[in-house]
Amino acid sequence: MNAPLRKAGVVVFVLFGLIFANLNWVQAYKADKYRTDDHNARVRVAEYNTPRGVIEADGKALAENKATDDTYKYLREYPEGDLYAPVIGYKGVNLAATGIERSENEFLSGTSDKLFADRVSSMFTGDEARGGNVVLSLKTKAQETAWKQLTNNERGAKFGSAVAIDPRTGAIQAMVSMPSYDPSPLASHDTEDAAAEYNKLNADKDKPLLNRATSETYPPGSTFKVIVSAAALRAGYKQDTEIQAGDEYIAPGSGAPIHNAEAETCPGSKISLKEALTESCNTGYARLGVDLGGQKVQDEAKAWGFEQEDLTVGDLKDGGLPVAASHTGDLTVANDQGGLAQSSIGQKDVRMTTVEGALMAATVANGGVQKRPYLVQQLLTADRRPIYTASPETLRTPVSGSIAGDLKDMMISVVENGTGKQAKISGYDVGGKTGTAQNAEGADPHGWFIGFAFNDKGEAVSAVCVMLENVSGGHASAEAARIAGLIMKAAAGGGGD
Amino acid sequence: MPRVPGTRTGRNAELGLLAFAMIIVALYGAIVEANQLGKITTTFWVPAALLSILFLGLHLVVRFTAAWADPVLIPAVALINGLGVGFLRRLDIARTISKKLPEPGVFSGIGGRQLAWTLVALILAAVLLLIVRDHKAVSRYAYTLGLVGIVLVMIPAVLPASMSEINGAKLWIKIGGFSLQPGEFAKLALVSFFAFYLVRKREVLSLASRRVLGIDFPRGRDLGPVITVWLLSLLVLVFEKDLGTALLYFGLFVVTLYVATERASWLIIGLVMFFGGVYVAYLLGASVGGPFANFYDRASIWLDPFAPQYVSNEGYQLVQSLLGLGTGGLFGTGPGAGSPGFVPEVQTDFIFAGMGEEIGLFGLSALLVVYLLIVERGLRAAILVRDSFGKLVAGGMAFTLGLQVFVILGGITGLIPLTGQTTPFLSAGGSSLMANWLLIAMLLRISDAARKPATGGPAAQAGGPKQPPAQLHGAMTEVIKP
Repeated sequence: MNAPLRKAGVVVFVLFGLIFANLNWVQAYKADKYRTDDHNARVRVAEYNTPRGVIEADGKALAENKATDDTYKYLREYPEGDLYAPVIGYKGVNLAATGIERSENEFLSGTSDKLFADRVSSMFTGDEARGGNVVLSLKTKAQETAWKQLTNNERGAKFGSAVAIDPRTGAIQAMVSMPSYDPSPLASHDTEDAAAEYNKLNADKDKPLLNRATSETYPPGSTFKVIVSAAALRAGYKQDTEIQAGDEYIAPGSGAPIHNAEAETCPGSKISLKEALTESCNTGYARLGVDLGGQKVQDEAKAWGFEQEDLTVGDLKDGGLPVAASHTGDLTVANDQGGLAQSSIGQKDVRMTTVEGALMAATVANGGVQKRPYLVQQLLTADRRPIYTASPETLRTPVSGSIAGDLKDMMISVVENGTGKQAKISGYDVGGKTGTAQNAEGADPHGWFIGFAFNDKGEAVSAVCVMLENVSGGHASAEAARIAGLIMKAAAGGGGD
Repeated sequence: MPRVPGTRTGRNAELGLLAFAMIIVALYGAIVEANQLGKITTTFWVPAALLSILFLGLHLVVRFTAAWADPVLIPAVALINGLGVGFLRRLDIARTISKKLPEPGVFSGIGGRQLAWTLVALILAAVLLLIVRDHKAVSRYAYTLGLVGIVLVMIPAVLPASMSEINGAKLWIKIGGFSLQPGEFAKLALVSFFAFYLVRKREVLSLASRRVLGIDFPRGRDLGPVITVWLLSLLVLVFEKDLGTALLYFGLFVVTLYVATERASWLIIGLVMFFGGVYVAYLLGASVGGPFANFYDRASIWLDPFAPQYVSNEGYQLVQSLLGLGTGGLFGTGPGAGSPGFVPEVQTDFIFAGMGEEIGLFGLSALLVVYLLIVERGLRAAILVRDSFGKLVAGGMAFTLGLQVFVILGGITGLIPLTGQTTPFLSAGGSSLMANWLLIAMLLRISDAARKPATGGPAAQAGGPKQPPAQLHGAMTEVIKP
């Protein structure tokens, strides 16, 4: 019986050899993959072992950490709640991060190459390695004003957004989206709680997780007339060039007539370009668009930033929040003059983001030079040494300074004498353009205002776009204009409210 | 007794090895404390010292009742047992840290309970050594043991799930807060019964009827017993939902059958039958479901634990086990510096994965070698002992131990489908510890018989262990008298 016993010994030896070989496979060959696998909770624990960087604006912490006793040593907190949520997003234990928390994740968590030297020095000094801080360009006063005015709007609109930009640099001064959400519960270390909160928000029909300023597009209505005006000026029109207006316009080959919003708007047959914009003359602009031709209008819109698919707002080097592309739709379809007429007053298939609206106003205010918008002003190491400071970049220059000057005059006229009077603020020269956009059959129209403000030194201090969805009670754009004025005043340092 | 070369009892070597093992256990405890608490407490050596006293007690019992027993077995097992206690204590410390409690006492928590179970298990082992002075006496109770074994196997299968099921495997008897794994004891009883049965039947079973490809196959009518055990193990597979246990019983039987008859054909028949049965169960699970569904699920998880439908659900245990092992890598994070808390059931089935994160591939390989040493020492006792019953019992037990280690370690490393087995001497739990120490006591007893000089003086016995097989053959039939 000894021979079989010896063979049994060999069998055990082979079986153990298989275990040993498999251990080599798991612990050596696959080790790196397993060590960094998404399902490996150790990766997350390590991430939470060092305090994540603070996100701040105007010296105010918007995302910070609280030391805890549990497995994850630092709890992410958002003291300002839903005010900044659409910009900052959240960093959850199991949830995918969003917003600046996502785009600046490497820097905040301290794993960025930019912080390599600090990691090395902390190895020698024995100091705790920490993530870097992100300073946003947002002006807390402007942000607070925008949020307060939007959520307390006088027309009871439930959805809307606002973006304010410094026209000279592209620094975003305010970005709000309504409704919003409180990001703190999503960062809970109780991953089941966090998942439940996320599911609740995600299923909410009001879509609070959506950043309406960057990722939604809406028909821009009459604000699009700025683009058509630019196309006309480029084609040789002047501010006082008379265009044909009237109560009604029927494009060639189209049965649906275009009317003006009010009976008293441009009833006469002739009106200057400046007057047409000031009064927001639909018939005049519809005909103007048809006269210019679809290609010119389409090219003009593109020159101002329409159709750009890859714009992000974050830091100027690394990306950030993606901005949805604004579209005009195809305006060159043969024999569709009616469609072109509708598109020329910002209806039909024309769609615009709030960011693009603000960029248009900023470009006019900045003499035709469009600065690339950004949210991250500075990246600081944990001991507040700057690693990166935003240096403004020109994104595009759609029009010459003289055309921009004409547009500026025309838009100031809108606020001084026309449909945008509610945007007026004392001490500043304000220009802009209102928009009232039909969207769905039987639904209240969207109210838009895009505009800019110059201070008494003639500096363009702020450009803004306010958008309110489905505003009831007529003159949808008037409330947007009022809010826009207050935001610009706050952004310019002239106090809120 | 005068010292003559080749006649050493090895007891002093055993004592030395035991001291060495306990020093490793004490060091392990110290490193754990340094990593977890940031300091080494003045009492780090207490668990190792208590274990040393217990093992020293067993050593003394062996010295007086089985003086010629293999000197490697106790130190090797004591090392694994001690590291198990150390690792469980490490889990206790982690728990008290997270709850901001003071450091756990030596006798508190699962580490303390394991220490107490070690005491009980060693007492049982000592009692066995004291009562069973001659392993052949066990054969007198072979039929009783066989019956007890089968009853122990069947109890969890017939009990309602609420009283027998833990983590999908029906292997338990749960009464109140107390749970027992009868299968751990059943394997001891069954080995003894198989050994007895096969010693009596081996000549019939060795008869060959047909020769195919140079291998002698047995007569059809002699297949009865092997089919019976095969059916029994498949019933275990289906009703106790446990492939590992089924593999254990069937492997145990086939190997003792092979050793008894020296017919490789039994091995081939056994392997084909078992894997054929498993494959059919897998196919039935895929198509019919019902009682086979559980096995099919386990096999599917094994094939791809990271599949989206498994990774956070049924496959979670295996995935976390693999991630823990992978995180440990070659050298591990160091005892006490890992996060074994992420691996479910880390104190029982997955203890090897939990330790693997901290001691790495090198540490686990060392543990594997110690297990291999125990198994090969057991087989050595089987080879050296003179009677067939002793050979089959020792061989069967040693092989079963090795097979069990293979089944659980293969399971948690993804080599074979995962099944709920304890890791011998390492896992928390009294049943496993008691049964496996009884197994070691039996191996000690048989190795004592194997190495002990017969009635004559030492000189006459010097060549005893080296006797050629032909002479052993002659000695076989004299033994069993039920």
